[in-house]
Amino acid sequence: MNNLIVNLSYFIAAVLFIYGLKQMASPNNARSGIQWAGAGMVLATVITFINPAIHGNYILMILGIGIGGGIAWYTGKRVAMTDMPQMIALYNGMGGGAAAAIAAVELLKRHELPFSVQLLAVLGALIGSVAFSGSLIAFAKLQGIKAFSGVIRFKNQQMVNAALFGLTVLLGLVIAFSGTEYSLFTLFIFFLLALIFGVMMTLPIGGADMPVVISLYNALTGLAVGFEGYVLGNPAMMIAGIVVGSAGTLLTQLMAKAMNRPISNVLFSQFGGSTGEAQ
Amino acid sequence: MDGFTALYIFMLAAFTGYEVISKVPVILHTPLMSGSNFVHGIVLVGAMVALGQADTGTEMFIGFIAVLLAAGNAVGGYVVTERMLGMFKTSQKGASKA
Repeated sequence: MNNLIVNLSYFIAAVLFIYGLKQMASPNNARSGIQWAGAGMVLATVITFINPAIHGNYILMILGIGIGGGIAWYTGKRVAMTDMPQMIALYNGMGGGAAAAIAAVELLKRHELPFSVQLLAVLGALIGSVAFSGSLIAFAKLQGIKAFSGVIRFKNQQMVNAALFGLTVLLGLVIAFSGTEYSLFTLFIFFLLALIFGVMMTLPIGGADMPVVISLYNALTGLAVGFEGYVLGNPAMMIAGIVVGSAGTLLTQLMAKAMNRPISNVLFSQFGGSTGEAQ
Repeated sequence: MDGFTALYIFMLAAFTGYEVISKVPVILHTPLMSGSNFVHGIVLVGAMVALGQADTGTEMFIGFIAVLLAAGNAVGGYVVTERMLGMFKTSQKGASKA
């Protein structure tokens, strides 16, 4: 019975998310859109407490929601309108981190998983970690934290980044293909490299280009959430995540286009030192 | 879940996301980014399940971090989007609510 109520609630939440986003896409009823989506989120969260898949740690759950939600509520309400973009980056990074952490919990258990589940767990972990650390750097840049502001470049940067990315993917594949045989050390290094790659990828991008980059990380977090939804067998997460992944990708392209730059220029700074040095 | 069922869900969701965003005016880009940022806050549900199934101390710790971060994503995403869209409406109609 509980299972039925839970699944029905998740279904309603998924409907509300899509309806809310659709509303937000038209100027006149944009505000009611976020409220519908918000109602869906509250429903899904509250009903999860009676989800039969959960068998404990309720206190920690409430504590986590209270602390995380409380801090976010406080900062979100107080931040100046002009500082909104970096707050979006911060909250988005938290979502990516959460998706990666879910993957970490599942992979730490090293239980027998179907191959497709294990592969998507690893993929979601990679994407989520990159979105997490990348978004934090984007936040730091827009916040004007000195160490990260401006365009940070060094020799052979793209080669180093490509090598780093290749190594991370390789480790991910090793984990995905080795059933329950991978070592926890491999897992640790995999997560570490993915986090470092997110930082390295964002460092060379200037402050003026950040909105496009944040939008990209938003789409990536969506993908990661969708993949982890598959791992946990939760269709609401799959739908919401992939809808955001695809909507975010299109939005990233539209934003880059509005700036008259192809997205590859933003990411790989093909104009050399001339791009995005507004800060 | 059957892998192919998942593939169909992914495919349909991807087209849905694309359709929802296409033809949106430039002024709505940032609010929509924020709104979609809120929507993937549904990761909170997954984080709660992951924590609820955690057994060892390490799993519990990481699961707790997941819930903490996910709650920040959902709540922060909502507050920021709401404020942004509220301002949007004000500038449209000249109403007084901030």
